[in-house]
Amino acid sequence: MPSLGADMEAGTLVEWRVKPGDSVKRGDIVALVETEKGVIEVEIFEEGIVETLLVKPGAKLPVGTPLATIRDEAQIAQPAAVIAEKPAEATGKASAPPAPPVERAPVSPAPSKRPHISPLARRRAEELGVDIAAVEGTGGNGSITIADIDRAASKAVQPKSPATAAERQAGLRKAIAAAMARSKREIPHYYLGAEIDLSRALAWLAAENLKRPVTNRLLYSALLIRAVALAIHDVPEMNGFWIDGAFKPGQGVHVGVAVSLRQGGLVAPALHDADKKSLDELMRDMLDLVNRARAGGLRSSEMSDPTITVTNLGEQGVETVFGVIYPPQVALVGFGRIAERPWASQGTISARPVISASLAADHRVSDGHRGGRFLAAIDRLLQEPEKL
Amino acid sequence: MTAGPQTVRTTYREAVRAALREALQRDERVFLMGEDVGRYGGCFAVSKGLLEEFGPERIRDTPLSESAFVGAGIGAALGGARPIVEIMTVNFSLLALDQIVNNAATILHMSGGQFNIPLVIRMTTGAGRQLAAQHSHSLEGWYAHIPGIKVLAPATLEDARGMLWTALEDPDPVLIFEHGSLYNMEGELAEDAGLVEIDKAVVRRVGSDVSLITYGGTLGKTLEAAEELGRDGVSAEVIDLRTLRPLDTAMIVESVSRTHRAVIIDEGWKSGSISAEIMARIMENAFYELDAPPARVCSAEVPMPYPKHLEDAAVPQVAGIVAAARKVMGRRG
Repeated sequence: MPSLGADMEAGTLVEWRVKPGDSVKRGDIVALVETEKGVIEVEIFEEGIVETLLVKPGAKLPVGTPLATIRDEAQIAQPAAVIAEKPAEATGKASAPPAPPVERAPVSPAPSKRPHISPLARRRAEELGVDIAAVEGTGGNGSITIADIDRAASKAVQPKSPATAAERQAGLRKAIAAAMARSKREIPHYYLGAEIDLSRALAWLAAENLKRPVTNRLLYSALLIRAVALAIHDVPEMNGFWIDGAFKPGQGVHVGVAVSLRQGGLVAPALHDADKKSLDELMRDMLDLVNRARAGGLRSSEMSDPTITVTNLGEQGVETVFGVIYPPQVALVGFGRIAERPWASQGTISARPVISASLAADHRVSDGHRGGRFLAAIDRLLQEPEKL
Repeated sequence: MTAGPQTVRTTYREAVRAALREALQRDERVFLMGEDVGRYGGCFAVSKGLLEEFGPERIRDTPLSESAFVGAGIGAALGGARPIVEIMTVNFSLLALDQIVNNAATILHMSGGQFNIPLVIRMTTGAGRQLAAQHSHSLEGWYAHIPGIKVLAPATLEDARGMLWTALEDPDPVLIFEHGSLYNMEGELAEDAGLVEIDKAVVRRVGSDVSLITYGGTLGKTLEAAEELGRDGVSAEVIDLRTLRPLDTAMIVESVSRTHRAVIIDEGWKSGSISAEIMARIMENAFYELDAPPARVCSAEVPMPYPKHLEDAAVPQVAGIVAAARKVMGRRG
């Protein structure tokens, strides 16, 4: 049972996505696990063949419990040969030449034919989130009708989500409470703020977006995340974890993006390697992340490994964010709203769009001096938006 | 059928005759012409007695030349008359196709809107009377292809009685297709039955599982099929199109959007037909409402056979309609 966040103690296995004999590689989704933060897709980091599933769906297990065993490729040859010998044995002819070793194709689901489904049923399936591959059709030629979808949806609802929406909501609140109490109890926060002139960044963004089709336009929050990710190169001690009394630098810059959920509460899943991604990739991944955070399809790695968090409350009209660090991370960058302000520069005063950036950082890891440099780096990066 | 206080027992033939009489009485400009409409009383006895009542000026027998007497009708309409031209069967109307398609349907357009053609052409259509391949086809769908004319298909006593006058009031050419097997259909008709609108389809039977879309000669069979389906727990809606041009697309889409399934019943052939057009409109307008592919019950693609058993096998029948509806219902049906 993987840890899907520092505050997680146990999780419930909802569903296996693999079965014994399946070959898996790094990044494959192998199971669904329910935590206080919703149902998370668990990825695997090993390569090999699934040997045994040790746990049945529905079991609630503490973090660290083995869920399945995996054999790596090197060990496969022998057991595969054993399997191949069996048919020869069954014939009872000892003298028969050994059957040629049957190469077992990886048991991945064969590319299935496009299911016959009515347009109405397909629309309903999308609305209800029903997986049509698992629905049996009762219409003409075995096609799937709307009645089949409704039946599948009503079946799926009960066993798949043992927790009601209200229970999950209460669980999420509890998880946030635990993490934030721990943060305030353990982390000596210091706070810094800086006003950043966004006129260049917004002008560049407006010009850039004019060149793009509506669907590919960039939001300014992508610029902010990119600037934070790159500023970490200047001040790496903002990126990582405080674990067992020491700072452990993050492997890569995985920016946790705070996403408020419609039903209340929030999650901050990671945008992986945000410093290595182009603005377009960031934008695409950010939208995907927000959608999945709200629909409940986050992956285990996204939950467990943000190395720094960015929260943007500007749209709520917030002037300045005084953030609470998500342990065991060591820093959180907050952005308020963009407001037009009188701005003195080079002896003249003009009206400029200005954003208030704030840093909440762990004093055990860094000091105000480094924090100030970090904010200054963000500012500098935002003044050269074309380089982001 | 006994909705009104006063009804009379009548037939489709008598209802058409009553409509003709009323038109001839109401408007002096109205006259009837065609093959054998006068002395013989009409090939299907529709105009029996009208010659005696209205005289040879207004009930005119014509030579056996469809092109000539339809052309004469167009000329009379241009001259201010309100002609009703009877063509014996739709097969014979092909001889007048040039007059109908090239003249009646186009003159308003060709004259820049100066000359309209207030002409009504009635003709018999359809099979079921062992009249073989030159008298039995259902070609009304072809006419529904032509802009500039309206195409009506009365399937009930009310429509047989009421569509003619509405058609005569229309400033443009209107074709009325009377299915030959309907003339002897008997039923109750309100004594005060009068004109009906000619641009709307009508739901003849309300249902929720499948829309059976039909018109004219197959309406009765379709209603029978709907009853049989009802006994099996399938609630079939029956739509009588009444008018094939312009098609009441809105009504078709509305019904299919409720039932999510459609079967079209048409005595015409499938290829390039009105049933194909109805399907196309369902696809264009209600694709995402469909829970099964629409189906059609149409005539076999052969010239209409003469022997009764073969003719019966060639045209839509109740059993075929029921089977098609069950198939679109899937395992439920």
